[in-house]
Amino acid sequence: MNGMSVEMNVIGQTIDEAGKSAPGTPRTVLEVRDLCVAYGKVEALSNANLRVGEGQIVTVIGPNGAGKTTMLSAIMGLLESRGQVIFDGEAEYVPRVERMVARGMNLVPEKRELFAEMSVEDNLLLGAFQRYRSGKRDHAETMKEVYHLFPRLEERKAQLAGTLSGGERQMLAVGRALMAKPKLLMLDEPSLGLAPLIVREIFRIIGELRRRGVSILLVEQNARAALQVADYAYVLETGEISMEGPAKQLADDPRVIEAYLGLGGKHQDRLAA
Amino acid sequence: MDIQIALLLAQDGITNGAIYALLALALVLVFAVTRVIFIPQGEFVAYGALTLVMIQAGTVPATLWLLLGAGVLAAAVDARGALASGQKGRLAGVLAWNVGYPAVLAALLYGLPLATLALPLQVLLALLVVVPMGPLMYRLIYQPIAAAPVLILLIVSVAVHVGMVGLGLLFFGAEGSRTPAFSEARFELGPMLVNGQTIWVIAASIVLIVALYLFFGRTIYGKALRATAMNRNGARLMGISPALAGRLTFLLAALIGALSGVLIAPITTIYYDTGFLIGLKGFVAAIVGGLASYPIAAAGAVLVGLLEAFSSFWASAYKEVIVFTLIIPVLLWRSFTSHHVEEEE
Repeated sequence: MNGMSVEMNVIGQTIDEAGKSAPGTPRTVLEVRDLCVAYGKVEALSNANLRVGEGQIVTVIGPNGAGKTTMLSAIMGLLESRGQVIFDGEAEYVPRVERMVARGMNLVPEKRELFAEMSVEDNLLLGAFQRYRSGKRDHAETMKEVYHLFPRLEERKAQLAGTLSGGERQMLAVGRALMAKPKLLMLDEPSLGLAPLIVREIFRIIGELRRRGVSILLVEQNARAALQVADYAYVLETGEISMEGPAKQLADDPRVIEAYLGLGGKHQDRLAA
Repeated sequence: MDIQIALLLAQDGITNGAIYALLALALVLVFAVTRVIFIPQGEFVAYGALTLVMIQAGTVPATLWLLLGAGVLAAAVDARGALASGQKGRLAGVLAWNVGYPAVLAALLYGLPLATLALPLQVLLALLVVVPMGPLMYRLIYQPIAAAPVLILLIVSVAVHVGMVGLGLLFFGAEGSRTPAFSEARFELGPMLVNGQTIWVIAASIVLIVALYLFFGRTIYGKALRATAMNRNGARLMGISPALAGRLTFLLAALIGALSGVLIAPITTIYYDTGFLIGLKGFVAAIVGGLASYPIAAAGAVLVGLLEAFSSFWASAYKEVIVFTLIIPVLLWRSFTSHHVEEEE
């Protein structure tokens, strides 16, 4: 699970290091305006506004059932919604999954949604389906990059996806999404149900992806880890965005500390460090 | 019953079994990808065979009109969709495929001396007319209700079946027909006389099964279909649209059906409604495989073929009853050995 120092720039679009570390305003990859989703009469998401800059990690934290997954599904076009999704400079009033994938948006869903009875390699290959269909046949190269990022997947490439451990499944789900060379990668609870050591590994990889220029929208219940890795953060509570700000700032906000980071001063120290 | 009769019946059973196997594979495929229990599968058998009969008689097959009509309808539906979503660039493609293709085919059928063409060309023309009806059928009938429960899809399938049988009567008339054999050759195989058409049917079935195996195992489109069957949501997130998967699946199902019809047309007399019984026997085999396993479905198909052949010798009047009764012990056995999975939707 190491060997991360290898330089690669095939996944995602490379951006020069200086542009990202500076806290200026990078080009907007995703902008969501007044997004609303209703299940019947119940409004699950109301007037959500959100922005992801190029090369940024933006996180949405919030309690279970706050509408985080609903928001990602609506942006991706899996759910009907009202509002506006501006992706890569072009507005979509009715996002449609296949079109969003073709335009470079990829979602790693909470349930992973792997093809259980297919090999790891076939799962990865299908991640490149939309690119293959539009005539971009560079999947062999991309797969090498993904194997570089997740050496564990290469060891298990002939194994059926359904036989993998939880952590390996999450790696495969992320690797499969990367096969599409996304401009924006949306991760829904990537640490859910994983052992602490694996969670750390997953977050290390998220950081690594950002270094390669992939913009990331990260939805997490594990607020501490998410705020550590993110540039900017939103707090979503009962379908509404209640707070937002640079991740470091939110991590120091007493309301966030109380609701999502626990009360222990120990944690505060670690976050401040 | 002496050994010679037994061998003859076995030959018959395996020949029919090979066709049932093809149809069973198509049924399993269609159900796995689209959750449609594809009752009209058999109609493609009759349409394929009888279209070939018409071509061999030198007349323009009436099925061409169905293709043209469906094509125009699909073009209208797709053009409206393209305009509504502001994708004017797609219009040309929509028209070319749905209207241009049938028009070119019509010109060919009117221009060529159909009756005197070589047999492979006649077969090719018959397939070119019948096979595109598969994806058109998906586009017009199943795609708008793709999210409906299995039961509704089944009821729609029954309606499509009844409609196609009616149109078949209109197109082909009530008379049955046969086509000349692909080959008049006969071989002595020990005590058995094997005729050429039997070899054709079995060889073609094996080639088609191997081709399907390679398609699903080696190509990205084949894998995409399997992925859709395994996990529809996961497949959508990869950009594999259910509509694309559905059309591709129906194309394969129509190809398998029409080709089966062409293969058996020299062996049995085909009527406009013959397809239904043939399709149902393929369905029995597919049930043996639990509508999920391709190899078990294929083995089940050979079993159905053999059972049919031997029961037609011993109890000719009851042969259909015996074949369909097979479903009961199979269902009992399956209900004891497999876990029941609730439908997701």
